[in-house]
Amino acid sequence: MTRLFRIQSKAGWAAFVVIFGIALVAVPWLNLMIPVDSPYHLPDYMVSLLGKYLCYALLALSLDLVWGYAGALSLGHGAFFALGGYCMGMHLMRQIGTRGVYGNADLPDFMVFLNWKELPWYWFGFDHFAFAMVMVVLVPGVLAFVFGWFAFRSRITGVYFSIITQAMLFAFMLAFFRNEMGFGGNNGLTDFKDLLGYDLHDQSTRVGLYVASVVLLACGFLIGRFISSSKLGRVLVAIRDAESRVRFLGYSVTNAKLFAFTISAVLAGLAGALYVPQVGIINPSEFSPANSIEVAVWVAVGGRGTLFGAILGAFAINGAKSYFTGAAPEIWLFFLGALFIGVTLLMPKGILGLASGLAARLKRPPAATPQQETALVAGREHA
Amino acid sequence: MPDADTVPAAAAPAPANKSRGRNTRVSEAKARLAANTILYVDGVTVAFDGFRALNELSLFIEKGELRTIIGPNGAGKTTMMDVVTGKTRPDKGDVLFDEGSVDLTRLDEAAIANLGIGRKFQKPTVFEHLTVFENLELALKTDRRILATLLFRLGAAQARRIDETMGLIGLGDRRSARAGTLSHGQKQWLEIGMLLMQEPQLLLLDEPVAGMTDHETEATAEMLLDIARERSVIVVEHDMEFVRRLGAKVTVLHEGSVLAEGSIDYVQNDARVIEVYLGR
Ligand SMILES: Nc1ncnc2c1ncn2[C@@H]1O[C@H](COP(=O)(O)OP(=O)(O)OP(=O)(O)O)[C@@H](O)[C@H]1O
Ligand SMILES: [Mg+2]
Repeated sequence: MTRLFRIQSKAGWAAFVVIFGIALVAVPWLNLMIPVDSPYHLPDYMVSLLGKYLCYALLALSLDLVWGYAGALSLGHGAFFALGGYCMGMHLMRQIGTRGVYGNADLPDFMVFLNWKELPWYWFGFDHFAFAMVMVVLVPGVLAFVFGWFAFRSRITGVYFSIITQAMLFAFMLAFFRNEMGFGGNNGLTDFKDLLGYDLHDQSTRVGLYVASVVLLACGFLIGRFISSSKLGRVLVAIRDAESRVRFLGYSVTNAKLFAFTISAVLAGLAGALYVPQVGIINPSEFSPANSIEVAVWVAVGGRGTLFGAILGAFAINGAKSYFTGAAPEIWLFFLGALFIGVTLLMPKGILGLASGLAARLKRPPAATPQQETALVAGREHA
Repeated sequence: MPDADTVPAAAAPAPANKSRGRNTRVSEAKARLAANTILYVDGVTVAFDGFRALNELSLFIEKGELRTIIGPNGAGKTTMMDVVTGKTRPDKGDVLFDEGSVDLTRLDEAAIANLGIGRKFQKPTVFEHLTVFENLELALKTDRRILATLLFRLGAAQARRIDETMGLIGLGDRRSARAGTLSHGQKQWLEIGMLLMQEPQLLLLDEPVAGMTDHETEATAEMLLDIARERSVIVVEHDMEFVRRLGAKVTVLHEGSVLAEGSIDYVQNDARVIEVYLGR
């Protein structure tokens, strides 16, 4: 038990409780309890928007676990997110029942439209919420395990790993665009009615989903901290620094990476599953390569290998995106590109790295800066 | 999941599909094995695109022995270590460990490390983003499986051992320093400290004093002599002063095979050794 408390410092726990406490209490309160005409009232759309950001933050956090710690930049994490989302979407489709346009209790509308006579076998079971939840975990998890097993065992690293994860993602996108796959083709799954009996259009349901997102992100963060603060977390950092050296210490690099990759995929899948009922649709565009690359930008901007940086980056960029696409949609993509280049060149450790660097400089002004120290060491190496 | 420490204690017999010639050679070899070898390398050839980095190399290291290996650049010294530690598979030949009881050519790096073979690389490689203490902690001999590593808790006795080792390698006051901020010599020592934490039976050191000052070199020599009291050690070095200081048996490699072997005085006076190595 004490191990659980020691996954972060006292200050870390204080910050954790304050931030997630505010997110958990203040948002629902400002939305539901403050009268609509008060300036402090939080509009309904903001709750859904924040819920969406929370799912993105969990996706970013999951990527940070494999990229920031183990050093394997996956550009296919959108696939795990989308698969989790599709599992949830399939359950929501089955919940529609006879309320669809065709009023068919046995088949979703898009299958009736395609003249299908019976439900494909892989849709069975999704009537049940528990079954769907198991699939939300299992589908991304098993995919990551099998894919990772082949990739890591063959010692595919660096940019090659990024490329094959992107290729996997692309293959999924093409497959899900096809109507014959039975996942609604390019329209995807939508027109959801309710979840566990709660109407998805009720504001109280939306607040409930928001709260679930906060709790899930908090759990994801603690799981990430548990791993990163363990000796296995240090093995992952060691793999990032000098992979082959870790092998000569007797650790299985393959198994360590496989563990991180699989856990990460499960977290991404859970994020996708909570995302879908909040945005009301899941379609193959979630598999688009650009989306997955953007997740890497969130993590880089926030600060890699910190977990909290990933959350920060996801909120900062998506917040900026929401603002720009409203205020000046034509410059958003340029802004994102410029931001990424700027961060890569000027702040390699992201916003968090910049902040802690400034804090350190304030604490000990006259001492040698880290850059000077490394320069000294490097100089000696070349001598 | 394949597990590194459930290594089959493969007795050296060659599998049935190997040629008869090899079969007899292994058993003959086993007969020749003194009860005492920790490492048995026989007839090992490694070719890179036709170029033979190792050419019918044979080398026998006794239990508890300290051996120095010298030779010109490209003689195959590092490649020999690659073969022993599983990084490179030999095209031909036997590499047996612990009185011939384990065939190293069939194991991967992690399995070999867990058998008790530690290695220091020519270019010092420590984990730059971890502290000195954490580097040593990772090397500490423990259960290497994933779950055990995730749930690992450092015991008081283990923490004391790490502290002791830190003192031994002269980094007692750099406990929480990131390894990336250490000097070149300090990194070399940290790597040696990591090897000690692994409690290996056989230690392979590739140019441990490269880039060190005279003072550091002398300190390292003392440290190695101390270390070699409890285990077998193979040291590759170019620094002849250092090799003399170790006072151990010397093997000279040249073009992938042994050119001469004996005491430092013997090899230094060998005409061929002078020609290919010392004379230049
Ligand atoms: N992976 C490889 N591919 C191709 N050639 C290689 C490879 N590894 C080593 N060689 C070659 O094999 C030969 C032996 O190299 P090795 O590194 O073992 O020499 P060494 O005795 O350690 O030399 P040094 O004293 O410079 O460290 C060299 O000619 C080298 O270029
Ligand atoms: Mg070498």
